[in-house]
Amino acid sequence: MTKAILQLGALTCPSCMQKIQGALEKQAGVEKVKVLFNASKVKIEFDDAVNTADALAQVVKNLGYEVQSVKVKQPAK
Amino acid sequence: MMKFEQVIQKNVNAITWTSAALIAIGFLGEAVGSQMLYTVAFVLASIIAATPIIIRAVEALKVRVIGIELLVSIAVIGAFVIQEFNESAIVTFLFLFGSFLEAKTLAKTRESIKTLTEMAPTTAEVVQGDGSIVETDVDDVDEGDIVLVKTGGQVPIDGDVVEGSGYLNEASVTGESKLVTKQVGDGVFSGTILDNGTLKIKATKVGDDTTFAKIVELVEDAQDTKSHAEKFIDQFAKYYTPAVLILAILVGFISRDFRLAITVLVLGCPGALVIGAPVSNVAGIGNGAKNGVLIKGGEVVDTFAKIDTLVFDKTGTLTKGNTEVSDLKNYADDQNQVLAFAAKLESQSDHPLGKAITTYATQQKVAFQNLQVTTNNTIKGQGIEAQIDQHQILVGNQKLMTANQIQLTEAEETDLKNLQATGSSTVIVAVDHKIQQIIGVSDVIRDNVKENLAALKQLGIKKLVMLTGDNEITANHVAQELGIDEVHANLLPENKVTFVKQLKDQGHKVAFVGDGINDSPSIATADIGIAMGGGTDVAIETSDIVLMQSSFHELVHAYGLAKKTVANTRQNIIIAIGTVVFLLIGLIFGYIYMASGMFVHEASILVVIFNAMRLIRYHAAGAK
Repeated sequence: MTKAILQLGALTCPSCMQKIQGALEKQAGVEKVKVLFNASKVKIEFDDAVNTADALAQVVKNLGYEVQSVKVKQPAK
Repeated sequence: MMKFEQVIQKNVNAITWTSAALIAIGFLGEAVGSQMLYTVAFVLASIIAATPIIIRAVEALKVRVIGIELLVSIAVIGAFVIQEFNESAIVTFLFLFGSFLEAKTLAKTRESIKTLTEMAPTTAEVVQGDGSIVETDVDDVDEGDIVLVKTGGQVPIDGDVVEGSGYLNEASVTGESKLVTKQVGDGVFSGTILDNGTLKIKATKVGDDTTFAKIVELVEDAQDTKSHAEKFIDQFAKYYTPAVLILAILVGFISRDFRLAITVLVLGCPGALVIGAPVSNVAGIGNGAKNGVLIKGGEVVDTFAKIDTLVFDKTGTLTKGNTEVSDLKNYADDQNQVLAFAAKLESQSDHPLGKAITTYATQQKVAFQNLQVTTNNTIKGQGIEAQIDQHQILVGNQKLMTANQIQLTEAEETDLKNLQATGSSTVIVAVDHKIQQIIGVSDVIRDNVKENLAALKQLGIKKLVMLTGDNEITANHVAQELGIDEVHANLLPENKVTFVKQLKDQGHKVAFVGDGINDSPSIATADIGIAMGGGTDVAIETSDIVLMQSSFHELVHAYGLAKKTVANTRQNIIIAIGTVVFLLIGLIFGYIYMASGMFVHEASILVVIFNAMRLIRYHAAGAK
């Protein structure tokens, strides 16, 4: 399972969280989504055979949120 | 289409200001009697300000969320339909302006984590095999790499010093900006700053595994870990917003008053209620993080504020956990010479009491290293007998003295008894068959514990309990010294757990304070587990609250902060509910309409944020 951490521009409305959460959970290969409202970060666990971190970042961008950085962590092999 | 939406969202601020200007022009038009100017300006203002709100509402709907934006959008479109252009313009403007202020003020409450994350190192100077240095992204440094840090630089990894020495500022990890000397073999933390010197450090932990990264992650997670109150409000808001929508429709149908129906939509926005509780916790937890207190979430804040019984481990928690010379009774003419003899002999043994004495002698600047020991005889269970400079030296317990036919005088006997009554271990030093010194060695109580425990009682702790594996005499002495209410000695770790359980069963709300290493079971059993411990992994993982500097003032701060945060949350909920009630009454009596309703709403949101911001500056009273 690959882990991606997206740093977003500051989130201000709690409903943004639900939006991002809902949209990402529907993506293929996504196992777990955690939106950190105060840190304005999204942590996603997904299957990298099915999806990519950049594609997931694009989903968030399409919702209208700024994605400042994408960090991908491969599981230890 | 996507492009258009992004452009709009990016320029929300510009849109807000434009709509403000248009509203001003509209009022100007009204003042000069130009109906045309008035209408055009307000229509334009409504359209441009409503666009981002409607986009957000649609986006939310796509993921099946009925948000505040939807309520506002419907209300605005409704107002537009019945040609109340000034209402729709002002409502949309206030909504956008409110969000703008909200973002600005929220950023303030989040400042403490932000400064924390900004302290995270980004690059490292990695020493290559051939001695050259390559600047590397911290994420690409591997364990085992050697990293160079120069004066003013930041340590990018957790590791051990392999070359050089220097003074480190460990404020980012411990919260205390005191310079600490680091030499070869010492461990250093990522995020700390080298004030002076040059260090080569071998990386033992890198990236997200470093203590600093874990602290940051913990605080970030903590600020989003919700309290009961927040969870309840989240649930409430989930049904509340759609309920308002249904209510508005019902009102519209029954009263046949379209205006009233859309007003209900605006007034029903759950603004301050949704943001009130989380914002208090964010500010409170942020304050803690800045002051060396890591609190794992709103839930912990809630529970901690209710704690009435504090249970302490003794060794390493109330005391420093290492033995020191606590008292020295001297009967010799030259105190330093006798101390030097004792220190010299002890420096050759590995007895734990010995280390305390040599350390003490070094602190007193007594030179003992160059003394020549001619014979040296260790007598098991008694002490050491040796010859230095033609003096016969005995260092040990009373048995050793009796074995050498040395009698303690009455005064010496009393001193010995007194020392033992304080729980100290004693070492008797005799030179040439004459008793010269009695040295008391004990585990020293941490600084200012007594004052801080008193401060805790003042804040609402009813009972202080000490559990220890140590003997009864020492335990009682420490308890008496500190004003502890209840003591249980000679306990094994599992006995401590039993006591914690008993206290809980008796209906006490129990927090256990330990050093986080051997007390994990008790820490886990208590309602709140508090770990003393400058940045150990175990402490960070097993406990609910971590006191980074192991100081009791942090404990007082944490407790006071928890109480203040809970009170603050309560105030915010009252403000939020009060606002809704106030608006409802205003609506019934016909004082409140859409624009004024929106104004009160946005104002109440700012009030709760400002109220929460007071927590950022909170400082616990009492001893430092």
